[in-house]
Amino acid sequence: MTVAPFARRWVSVIPRIPGSLILFWLLLALLGPVLAPFAPGEVVSRTVFAPISAHHLLGTDYLGRDVLSRLLCGTGSTVLLCAATTVLACTGGVFLGIIAALKQGLTDTLLSRFMDGVISIPSLLSALVAVAAFGSSVPVLVLAMSLIYMPGSYRTCRMLALSIVRRDFVLAAQMRGEKSGYIVLREVLPNMTGPVMADVGLRFIYAVRLLSNLSFLGVGLQPPLTDLGSLTRENLLGLVYGAPAVIAPALTIAVLTVGLNLALDSYKGKAG
Amino acid sequence: MTMNAALIRALLRLVGASLVSLVFVTVAVFFITAVLPGDVADALLGQAATPDAVSALRHSLNLDKPVLVRFVIWVTGLLHGDFGVSLVSHRPVLAMASERLIHSLLLAGVTALFAVPVALLLGTTAAIFRNTLFDRAVSLLTLCIVSVPEFLVATLAVFIFSVQLHLLPALASISDIHSIGSFLASFSMPVTTLACVIVGQMSRMTRAVMIDALGSSWVEMAVLKGASPAHIILRHVIPNVIAPLFNVIALSLSYLLGGVVIVESVFHYPGIASLMVDSVAARDIPLVQICALIFCAAYLFLTTLADIVALLSSQRRHAA
Amino acid sequence: MARHGIMQPPPLISVQNLQLTGRRGRGLETPIVDGVSFDVAEKEMLALIGESGSGKTSVALALMGYARRGCRIAGGKIRVAGYDVTEMPPAELRSFRGKTIAYIAQNAGAAFNPALPLMDQVIEPALLHHVMPRQVAIERAIFLFELMALPSPGTIGARYSHELSGGQLQRLMAAMALITGPEVVIFDEPTTALDVTTQIEVLEAFRTVRREEGFTGVYVTHDLAVVAQMADRAVVLKNGVVQEEGTTEQILSAPRHAYTQALLAANTPQVRNAPTQATDSGTVVPVLDVRDLVVGYGGTGPDGRPRHTILSDVSLPVMPGETMGIIGESGCGKSTLIRAIAGIQPWTSGGITFEGEALAPRIEARSAAQRRHLQLVAQNADLVLNPAMSVGDTLRRVLTFNGDAANGAEIGRLLDMVRLPSALADRFPPELSGGQKQRVNLARALAARPRLVLCDEITAALDTVVAAAILDLMMELKRELGIAWLFVTHDLHALRSVCDRVAVLYAGHRVEFTPISALEEAPHHPYTRRLENSVPEMRADWLTDVISLRDQGSEPVPALSSSRGAGCCYAARCPVRIAICEVATPPVWRSPAGALISCHLTSQDLS
Repeated sequence: MTVAPFARRWVSVIPRIPGSLILFWLLLALLGPVLAPFAPGEVVSRTVFAPISAHHLLGTDYLGRDVLSRLLCGTGSTVLLCAATTVLACTGGVFLGIIAALKQGLTDTLLSRFMDGVISIPSLLSALVAVAAFGSSVPVLVLAMSLIYMPGSYRTCRMLALSIVRRDFVLAAQMRGEKSGYIVLREVLPNMTGPVMADVGLRFIYAVRLLSNLSFLGVGLQPPLTDLGSLTRENLLGLVYGAPAVIAPALTIAVLTVGLNLALDSYKGKAG
Repeated sequence: MTMNAALIRALLRLVGASLVSLVFVTVAVFFITAVLPGDVADALLGQAATPDAVSALRHSLNLDKPVLVRFVIWVTGLLHGDFGVSLVSHRPVLAMASERLIHSLLLAGVTALFAVPVALLLGTTAAIFRNTLFDRAVSLLTLCIVSVPEFLVATLAVFIFSVQLHLLPALASISDIHSIGSFLASFSMPVTTLACVIVGQMSRMTRAVMIDALGSSWVEMAVLKGASPAHIILRHVIPNVIAPLFNVIALSLSYLLGGVVIVESVFHYPGIASLMVDSVAARDIPLVQICALIFCAAYLFLTTLADIVALLSSQRRHAA
Repeated sequence: MARHGIMQPPPLISVQNLQLTGRRGRGLETPIVDGVSFDVAEKEMLALIGESGSGKTSVALALMGYARRGCRIAGGKIRVAGYDVTEMPPAELRSFRGKTIAYIAQNAGAAFNPALPLMDQVIEPALLHHVMPRQVAIERAIFLFELMALPSPGTIGARYSHELSGGQLQRLMAAMALITGPEVVIFDEPTTALDVTTQIEVLEAFRTVRREEGFTGVYVTHDLAVVAQMADRAVVLKNGVVQEEGTTEQILSAPRHAYTQALLAANTPQVRNAPTQATDSGTVVPVLDVRDLVVGYGGTGPDGRPRHTILSDVSLPVMPGETMGIIGESGCGKSTLIRAIAGIQPWTSGGITFEGEALAPRIEARSAAQRRHLQLVAQNADLVLNPAMSVGDTLRRVLTFNGDAANGAEIGRLLDMVRLPSALADRFPPELSGGQKQRVNLARALAARPRLVLCDEITAALDTVVAAAILDLMMELKRELGIAWLFVTHDLHALRSVCDRVAVLYAGHRVEFTPISALEEAPHHPYTRRLENSVPEMRADWLTDVISLRDQGSEPVPALSSSRGAGCCYAARCPVRIAICEVATPPVWRSPAGALISCHLTSQDLS
């Protein structure tokens, strides 16, 4: 009974539209391989860059593979990889950000200096350097991207937490002698869920952009794995024919990133 | 007097902080790229990788020495202007990078020349005509541009201008340029793409800065004095937004660095970014190192410049 | 119009059935002002009286044909100096604003452009409307600066807004409004953000220019005492509707409408406190004893004192069950003192004991009992309650944390204690009004069963009527629970109405420490006297009296030597300064009425 109003409030601050959008993409990513009509690596047609047909809903690619099947798998890898990245980056960022704001002093200085150092390298460059050193396996990509986007999340959360920590109700809790855990979970975190969720959405978009860019450059996900960026890259020749093989993955990336960003934008407008 | 001393101290602190960042970056770049030594030798030799050949190569590359020793050797080299030789072409990487750097600077410079005024104008007008159809259209378009990966903008540009309209060649190559016409043609695609990306980013930030200023009490006061919109913008708003706008410009230009990597690769533009991508693919570590260092130095230079402008403009007011 | 008769000239301002609406985001339009009508005759000053949300500023801005973003003038007629304001196209409005009608904003610090020198902004209306050439405008500005007693009028225009004080900026803004010699001037709460001693100078400046320039005025305010000084007639607004209209005298002496009467009652000083028989005779242990507290920043110097002091040797014993008041203007260190007692502001030297035991400077090092028995109620109710936690949960947490029973009945009892319905327990702070939030805030402090409650300006952010109710509540609780209060304020009325003893702070020094009974009897520290004289009274000639008193009292004082050493903290502003004040720390002596005063002058000198 005591939890009900609190839970109601908690749920009400979570962005509905962006939240359901992410849910939709995650669902698609998980079900994609099941829905795919063909095996993604299988050459199923002798025509390359075939147009849309009843048999191949999105035509065939540069080797004659079914584009829809490959697209479903590629979407899956992009979404899941980036979701994992976002979860890692934001968990670290939120946690460390609140700690820094709460403890201040040396903890804050050291954490902030380190994060500033990481952020002072453009994200694409860090990723390129990491790939050059460790190769482009899935764990390397996820870890590198998490590390690249953690400082941004950290900065946002630290600023948010700082503005909340300075408010008198946190002071009241500290004066009462509450433990840090209680203050973080009950006093600070519930008051920043909205902006943090918006930030999580933004990090996810950044991750999709970075991964797609890397794969498009040929240094991201390696065959036989595919993602939206590498699908666009391998079928780039089809651009000349306007083949769906290149348009479909490109469009999927655009719908994914633009749609989510639009939803976040309207959410932020409503919240602000 | 004391004001100047304080200003100089603050400036020195800024420059010092960015130098510290540069050191951090240098160390990070070295250690990240140096941790998997065996891999490099194996990768370079490929099929010919007999144990003897690998160990000989490792010896010649100092790879058999401890990491810290190699770091000292590398840093000593850096301080003497010796950045190492390419593992692939065996040419000094500094020479390779610097000839490509000129091309990249040319590309970035021409882009900035177009993008900065357009973005400032677009962001300002959107802020003035807030919530009109114009503003919403600009907001939607720029949101699309900043959301999608840069290569998508590039691909779209190729699709529209080269494939559909046959207006421009898809590939840029400095060596093919013989006339101003061909210069413009081969340059225009990369510049257009890059400018789109930068304008998207920058006009959104400009709009936010302008809206902030236009919502202030002193703008309302100017309205109540009977000042015209043009007078308010020119006389009241501009002096207040110079510092934040410079910040926006510097940030956007540092953002341009990321775009350059993609654009150079897509259009086969012979700049330093495509050199870096190639060296990453070939795992040519000395080349990766110098390219990363140059990029980070440029990035740091721009962000520090933004901080300095912000500092100076706030000082100017306090000193008066 | 019949009311004015045939022989009277038509009113200079005429507002008929004004409708203003506003909307938040994309929500529905809601009325801000509904059917407001009033006239202002030429050379008359009309006060628009109202509390927050009454729509008074919106009405004032509508007179200029201006509505803030999201608001609009939805209906009605506004005629100002022959112009039909609601019908004018933008270009005509521009030549009307700043030339025919001018505006003085509440917060001059924000209304001046930080990037331009002040003179450029002051003469801007004259240049925009081509009223006079630049040189003439500058001369007129300097003339107005002199008229309003601004320091160094010839050069002050070269400075920037952040370099001047709020009182100076407010006068500069008046000069900016008057530069074109407008027919109508709107004053929008121009002294609300100022300290009382500064307010006097600004009010006097406004009256002087009105006498010299002779404009028609509209004065927007919530402060009835200011209305008494400035206005000829008044309109009382509540929730966008006119409650009452009449001459200032009638409104302030014989209000007809119930709301005006309530407003007046809340503004009238009254004693709410039943004095406690607290003495520091030594038999009773003080509940809180602050001794020689020094707080500063910037590191400590060779003499062991901080480089920059905020509090200098402040001592303050608080007896059980009494209300101790601390008064002072912004920057006097009163909030720092509260923060030090609360354990969130470290101090350099001195000490604090609570119920006979030493208090550690840091809250973490204090005992559970100390933390529980010493509670803080902070000023801004919006920041004090966790917006994500219901009222009931907030109170419940305090109870469970202290090991008390935390059932619904107990929470209901706490809410009842602060006169709130127990149904409020399920609500969240954003759904509450300012007064309700401050009551919940009090309930939370009371939930810990404190011995002493620190109140930091708890009524400052509230409307007068709501604030008066909070003070009433405080005194009821004092009687019921017998707890001691430390009440920090800048409002002498509030202080008088609730306190047993009072400490007067100036620049971090306790200049006077007096039982409330002695506050009415001379002698007093010159600063206390000045503070008392600065609180506006509801009679019309108060300002005139204060000014004439000040002018006849101003005998030449010896010029202040440039070096500020160990002397009296008030020497620079003191009207009765003598030579020793600059060099020696003043002694503390007791007046016949029982006030402890730090001053070099004697009881006879100050009487």
